[in-house]
Amino acid sequence: MAKKFTPKVLTANHLLTGDVIYWDENGDWADAFEDALYLDTEKLANHVLTLAEKQQEVIVGPYLADAALGPDDKPMPAHFRETFRMTGPSNYHHGKQAEA
Amino acid sequence: MYSYSQFDKDFIAERNKQFRAQVERRIDGSLTEGEFKPLRLMNGLYLQLHAYMLRVAIPYGTLRSAQMRQLAMIAETFDKGYGHFTTRQNIQFNWPKLRDVPDILDALAEVEMHAIQTSGNCVRNVTSDHFAGAAADEIEDPRPTAELLRQWSTDHPEFAFLGRKFKIAVVGSETDRAVTKAHDIGLRMVRGAHGEAGYEVIVGGGLGRTPMVGKVIRDFLPAEDLLPYVESILQVYNRLGRRDNKYKARIKITVHENGLDVIRDEVEKAFVLQRQAFGGYDQELFASIKEAFAPPAFIDAPLDAFYAAQNADASFRSFVDTNLAEHKNPDYAIVTISTKAHGKTPGDATADQMRVMAELAETYGHDELRISHEQNVILPHVHKSHLPDIYARLREAGLATANIGLISDIIACPGMDYCALATARSIPVAQQIATRFDELKLEHDIGALKIKISGCINACGHHHVGHIGILGLDRAGVENYQITLGGDHTETAAIGERAGPGFAYDEIVPAIERLVYGYLDLRNDAEETFLETYRRLGAAPFKAVLYPAEQIAAE
Repeated sequence: MAKKFTPKVLTANHLLTGDVIYWDENGDWADAFEDALYLDTEKLANHVLTLAEKQQEVIVGPYLADAALGPDDKPMPAHFRETFRMTGPSNYHHGKQAEA
Repeated sequence: MYSYSQFDKDFIAERNKQFRAQVERRIDGSLTEGEFKPLRLMNGLYLQLHAYMLRVAIPYGTLRSAQMRQLAMIAETFDKGYGHFTTRQNIQFNWPKLRDVPDILDALAEVEMHAIQTSGNCVRNVTSDHFAGAAADEIEDPRPTAELLRQWSTDHPEFAFLGRKFKIAVVGSETDRAVTKAHDIGLRMVRGAHGEAGYEVIVGGGLGRTPMVGKVIRDFLPAEDLLPYVESILQVYNRLGRRDNKYKARIKITVHENGLDVIRDEVEKAFVLQRQAFGGYDQELFASIKEAFAPPAFIDAPLDAFYAAQNADASFRSFVDTNLAEHKNPDYAIVTISTKAHGKTPGDATADQMRVMAELAETYGHDELRISHEQNVILPHVHKSHLPDIYARLREAGLATANIGLISDIIACPGMDYCALATARSIPVAQQIATRFDELKLEHDIGALKIKISGCINACGHHHVGHIGILGLDRAGVENYQITLGGDHTETAAIGERAGPGFAYDEIVPAIERLVYGYLDLRNDAEETFLETYRRLGAAPFKAVLYPAEQIAAE
């Protein structure tokens, strides 16, 4: 039996800066997880991944990350790895938490 | 110390020029990421969770003060003001921008450093004893051997695309401070029956998902046969090593699956041919390398100031008791500078701290610094009369923590705070353990205890050989920490035994606390270390304190 699809967001790192970025509803790259386009079907997720992979001059390492909808209906990470990526390291106030 | 030859300088300059052009071609779209990735990895540039990471080689952990200052400059100019010393005696910068990396590599080249072969399936930076050239128990300085191996393995065309990475460590003392038995090849300098120089050759050690203690493949290898013999091992590994499964591709698996005797026979066959092929140039080179590692001109001075400070200042006395090791010159000491002030990130040093350590090495330490696999910084040659001044300067810089070899002197990999491979965090666990035992004011009473933490099964944090090892895993989407007991990283190397079920993130520090209190109750006296007590009693009483009956019943 096929595994049940888990909703996703498309994330990558910026080619020049290495910053964590997300594919948003306009097909642009957003800095915040909550601004990512919520990909609730496998077909849509794979389509966006294909589009992202064509943007190699802008990004590096695109992949689909598990996501869920938060109380405000905005996407949030479904796994702690993505929570760290969207926040920054826990030993210093560096990364995204410092930019907010 | 070794200085680059013109050949070395030209080689690095050419490689840096190539990489600069490769970066430009990646940015202008001429290279895809698929094409660029192997090129950047060959130059030490990884992509991690939050950013790129540049891993810079510190050959056998040896630095001059000018090199340390340049690392400080790079940390400040191109990163966030700090660097992270690793268990491979390297330094990692966690936040470089792609466009800056060629400039960073050029800055490294100015001080004879590079990032080549810090990644990829090749022979990696050769590691060694961080007390090399200074330790009282040393038979011979292992650094010339390490440098010879570095030159031989750099850009070696036959070994640029091995089945998997390959790590070599060399020690020159009875005491193994370089974990040689957990390397693909470990070399221990020994003396033959008639006093001749040679090596005991250990092969097939390694940590990671299949931890194995290395096995002796040759009891005594004459010193002049080193390169042909090591080359023979690499050839046999290259031929017999598996390439069908990356998790079975290290030489430890090749040795395990084929048997040590088969590998030894194959190596000896290859060695007959290799020995003829080498023709003596390697020995000329080795002789010139040895000259570069002549001991410094040790000074002769009264020790009154040292003894006076020892009598007058309890905190200095504590530092002396804990952070000094015996030097081959009795008027000298080896000073280990802890990067592990309680609550700080193990292995991290700020640019300012790097400059202080460089200044101390230049002023008092014959211009030498070392990085240990335990992620500390060493001043290998300090005349004892200078210790009070050094201690005062270290205190000002937050570098005088007297905890070497104690419970807060923890190895921790970057873990999920930085590493793309990690399955859980390591750093905050180390920080909390150190802070907790500092609050309890117990660590000097506990005595020698090695805690080593890895944030994934790849074991960069050496958890398998920690007296207490902690492995962070992802269990159903939650961080979970497994404890191993009784590991040993020294010449009596042993892989720790898994204690039982793992602990949640907020349970791991209390679990370690139970374990340590248990040890304090179990030990014969204050002289019996954790490892000795474990070896005397076995795992059972430690498991009993780690998993109290009510907890087991609840599960």
